[in-house]
Amino acid sequence: MSATTEQPRRRSRLYRREHLVAASFIALPLIGFLAFAIGPFLYSIYASFTNWNMLTAPTWIGLANYVRAFSDPYFIQSLGNTFFYMIGIPIGLVVSLALALAMNRRMPGRAFFRSIYYVPVVSSLAAVSILWQWAYNGDFGLVNQVLALVGIDGPNWLADKATVKPALIIMAVWKGLGYSMLLYLAALQSVPRSLYEAAELDGASSFRRFFHITLPMVQPVTFFLVVTSIIAGSQIFTEINIMTPTGGPEFSSASIVWYIWRQAFSSLSMGYASAMAVLLGVLVFLITAFQFWINARNSHDGVE
Amino acid sequence: MATIAQKRYRTGNIIVAVALLIGGIVMVAPLLWMLSTSLKTQEGVFALPPEWIPPDPQWSNYLRVWTAGPLLAGIKNSLIVSLTVTIVGSITSTLAAFAFAKLRMPGKNGIFLFMLAGLMIPFPTLMIPQFVMFANVGWVDTLLPLIVPGVFGNVMMIFFLRQYLTSVPDSLLEAAKIDGAGYLRIFASIVLPLIRPAIAAQFILWFMAVWNDYLAPLIYLNTPEKQTLQVVIANFNANYAIQTDYPLIMAASVIALVPVFVIFVVFQRQIIESVALTGTKG
Repeated sequence: MSATTEQPRRRSRLYRREHLVAASFIALPLIGFLAFAIGPFLYSIYASFTNWNMLTAPTWIGLANYVRAFSDPYFIQSLGNTFFYMIGIPIGLVVSLALALAMNRRMPGRAFFRSIYYVPVVSSLAAVSILWQWAYNGDFGLVNQVLALVGIDGPNWLADKATVKPALIIMAVWKGLGYSMLLYLAALQSVPRSLYEAAELDGASSFRRFFHITLPMVQPVTFFLVVTSIIAGSQIFTEINIMTPTGGPEFSSASIVWYIWRQAFSSLSMGYASAMAVLLGVLVFLITAFQFWINARNSHDGVE
Repeated sequence: MATIAQKRYRTGNIIVAVALLIGGIVMVAPLLWMLSTSLKTQEGVFALPPEWIPPDPQWSNYLRVWTAGPLLAGIKNSLIVSLTVTIVGSITSTLAAFAFAKLRMPGKNGIFLFMLAGLMIPFPTLMIPQFVMFANVGWVDTLLPLIVPGVFGNVMMIFFLRQYLTSVPDSLLEAAKIDGAGYLRIFASIVLPLIRPAIAAQFILWFMAVWNDYLAPLIYLNTPEKQTLQVVIANFNANYAIQTDYPLIMAASVIALVPVFVIFVVFQRQIIESVALTGTKG
């Protein structure tokens, strides 16, 4: 009798202790999250409706900053440039999947190649940007000297508005290849061999095996890479600021984050910059949500 | 006695190896060229045709570079920021991951999902209020705005360690609890040894991310002696490009790359394994 009433009370005291311990372990990250992410996020939204230069208190101006953004040719152009850079994402995915397939073969030297292709990934973006700025030098840069070997007279890449964006894309693909290759390689290695063997017995060509086994099996990695690359790509800043410190010829390389940064910390238009930053956040959210929706729909179709 | 299929596979291997080799050269050529430029004279940079191996390597560039700008201060500042953030932050993150994965607490999954969703907010959306916040407490032009947020932990790291911890059987922890071990003791003597490889991998990845960060240090640090290494080398680039002193710029960049390369070479296996894990768990 006493044992049955004792048990729950004892347990609830133990639980309470456990709850407290858990809460104390979680407390710091949660406080940090509220103080350095949620708080600033809410303040950004508020600031986006104000005129604010940091020297005086913000004054409420309603939607004026948003109206200004959509009639600001620099905002539109920097947004367009940012999307243009994302052309590099599919290129990088195709090349890195090809690399992963190559490295998934039974052959010597795989580990060596894997490391070689991974070196740019660990390199600091600032140092890599400095290096590529020099490599894109019109007269003495590495890129044009290599092109000269095959008789091509290369442009002054970063000073020409037709080539500055492709130049930045090439560099981004070069830097990111090793990372996506590694993820693809891990996915390929987890594909059961029996799938391929069964397909081979059925007489499926290597072409068919690739499209009906390999691609669907690595699809989760492709999804992960597309989502994270778009989130990262929408925030491209370092290479723009180092390689084209003025936003490129006729503003042709400026990215959205670069423009926000300029408006906030050079022109002190904190309110306007906040509005553009909020628009960026909303855009990233919508694109990500859209991708998750597409992904869910596709995997549903697969079941049917 | 190789079969036709085996022969074909081997020929395929040779073609693939040649393609990988050419690709590999493309991958490392820019880095080798940076090294080569850093050893040239200021005039040698403009020699045509270019010299891959400078006839008279200017090792003195690597001495000159230390007095040409606050490179040493940059390294020191970067070390202070990266080490403080990753060491303290890893402890906070690991404890939180332990609580999220193994301890009972009402609402903890909701809190976790909430924090995970927060990862989607881009840093640029937060940077202006963060800057104002730190400006109000007088922390601009100090390393504190770079250190303090990181010390509170890293949601990505919590996420991966929590995933990793789900493979640790609950019975192990229950047994220790029955033996009367406190939570910190359970954590230190059972959980920690089990997930040490995962912590190490996350620690290395985080260290490299903080070491390579550019935007946040650029916003907060104005005095050259207070800047982190990445901002210092970017300033080298801006200042010495006008004087076309490319060897000096490249020497500074090489120095900035060396620490991460060393870490990569030493911890290659852990880095590659944990990155591969990112995709499968993500």
